[in-house]
Amino acid sequence: MAATQTRPAPHSPAPSGRGGFSVKRVQGIDLSAWGLRASTLIYLGALVVLPLFVIAVEGVRGGLDALWTSVTRPAALEAVWLTLTTSAVMAVVNVIMGTLTAVVLARYRFPGKRLFNSLIDLPFAIPTLVTGVMLVLLYGPQTAVGSFLDRELGLRVVFAPPGIILALTFVGYPFVIRAVQPVLEALDTRPQEAAYTLGASEWLTFRRVVLPAIAPAMLTGGLLSFARALGEFGSIVVVAGNLSKTAAVYIYGQVENGDMAGASGVSLLMLAIALLVTFMVSRLNRGVQHG
Amino acid sequence: MVERRTNGVVGWLLIALVLGYAAILLLAPLVSIILGALKNGVEPLIEDLTTPDALSALGLSFRLALLAALTNGVLGLVSAWVLARHNFPGRRALNALVDMPFVVSPVIVGYVMIVLFGRVGWFADFPIKLAFSVEAMFVVTVFVSLPFVIRELQPVLAALPPEHEEAAYTLGASRWLTFRRVIFPALRHALTVGVMLALARALGEFGAAAIIGGAVEGSTETATVFINRTLLDRNPSAAYAMSLLLGLFAIALLMIMNYIRHIGGKKHVHTH
Repeated sequence: MAATQTRPAPHSPAPSGRGGFSVKRVQGIDLSAWGLRASTLIYLGALVVLPLFVIAVEGVRGGLDALWTSVTRPAALEAVWLTLTTSAVMAVVNVIMGTLTAVVLARYRFPGKRLFNSLIDLPFAIPTLVTGVMLVLLYGPQTAVGSFLDRELGLRVVFAPPGIILALTFVGYPFVIRAVQPVLEALDTRPQEAAYTLGASEWLTFRRVVLPAIAPAMLTGGLLSFARALGEFGSIVVVAGNLSKTAAVYIYGQVENGDMAGASGVSLLMLAIALLVTFMVSRLNRGVQHG
Repeated sequence: MVERRTNGVVGWLLIALVLGYAAILLLAPLVSIILGALKNGVEPLIEDLTTPDALSALGLSFRLALLAALTNGVLGLVSAWVLARHNFPGRRALNALVDMPFVVSPVIVGYVMIVLFGRVGWFADFPIKLAFSVEAMFVVTVFVSLPFVIRELQPVLAALPPEHEEAAYTLGASRWLTFRRVIFPALRHALTVGVMLALARALGEFGAAAIIGGAVEGSTETATVFINRTLLDRNPSAAYAMSLLLGLFAIALLMIMNYIRHIGGKKHVHTH
């Protein structure tokens, strides 16, 4: 193996500036390093960069006019609008309930806390299609809960937008909690104690001391769950069927019907929105690290 | 945040609110699938899961998911290492792009495969028939589960004290030996958790597999596609049985992951 011959000089200089990165310096041509780098570039290039490139090219291949027509069809606009609104409602619900959950986990002791903490990641592990099946079993028109809600409150959950929001809320449940939790745990407790000493109430202390510190993490978690929800398919296809189409369901339908032009425009639009949100998240986090 | 010694009335109310919310959102659906699948007892459940269609769907799903998770384990380890320790133009952009599979809809990925390898695709003349094949499903499964290993390894790699590696080099160890004896043991737990997260995600894949697999019963039908088809065929008991099985498997994976994190001294998932 090439690596065995190219060992670095035994007395390489002490780590400088960026901790630990001095080890990587290698003299001369290093075949194994190039091999590793090449496999990384091929792996990420073929799997991540190529699809993005394909969507971009397919989206504008028929010209900008064709792109505009395919995106502004009433069915396409409706699907994109439904996706954006249900995802936004879900993100707001998750920011509020997720922050509350993270605060309760950080602040209070109660029996079963560790079990509860480990169950929070459940939506990451359960297939989203199964999530959809579970929700239909619970809230479907033939079930006890579903018919009760329909009869007493006039609320149809399954095969309607509330079902989409419910499914997305399930899928996005961990994002805000897992973004806020580490920040709360690492929070300097002295400013809070100072606030108490100066006579501030718990609520005032939370609002003025804790909330500003966790706000960027709340926003990060909310944006991540929003971006994740934009592409959700498995749970929605079961919960909403073909009645309320989100963008992903719309794209699926267009591909199945062989309407590639219709699929390409909405794909490009959704990709652009997802990229924008991820860009905002990374800017937000860079700001936090530097500030 | 300051942990309270006593919870007080407000505290207990907040705890009840948070737990009640989680019970309605997470536990109630879980209970409903258990009750729904076991409505007629255990025997019909086992019958539903041992039909040739169900067995072949399960077999395909597990083969694809295991292979994809292992592929991501090996290449993710290499990539995390290169992204952390090598310096080359475009490294930061590449690192940012690793998260794309989290936000790009699997349906769009399946669509890309058809654009590339479909009947009138860019590479329609490609010698291997990729679209509507198990090979194509493998590629998209690797895609959707790609970020997990890299994102689990990166914080551990960044926190690794350089002194250990330098001591190994100073003592004359080769880079491969240093990696094997010094670096790899430190990454072991995170790598296992990353591969398991990838496995869970790969097993649950539906959108991309449905669009490119063509969902031919018994040949390119995965467990999730099986659930969707049996639901549409008005054979809900088979769909519920398979859903319960996949759900229970996911919970088992989650419990093992939490245990590994616990012994590895890390508490929870990094979502990005």
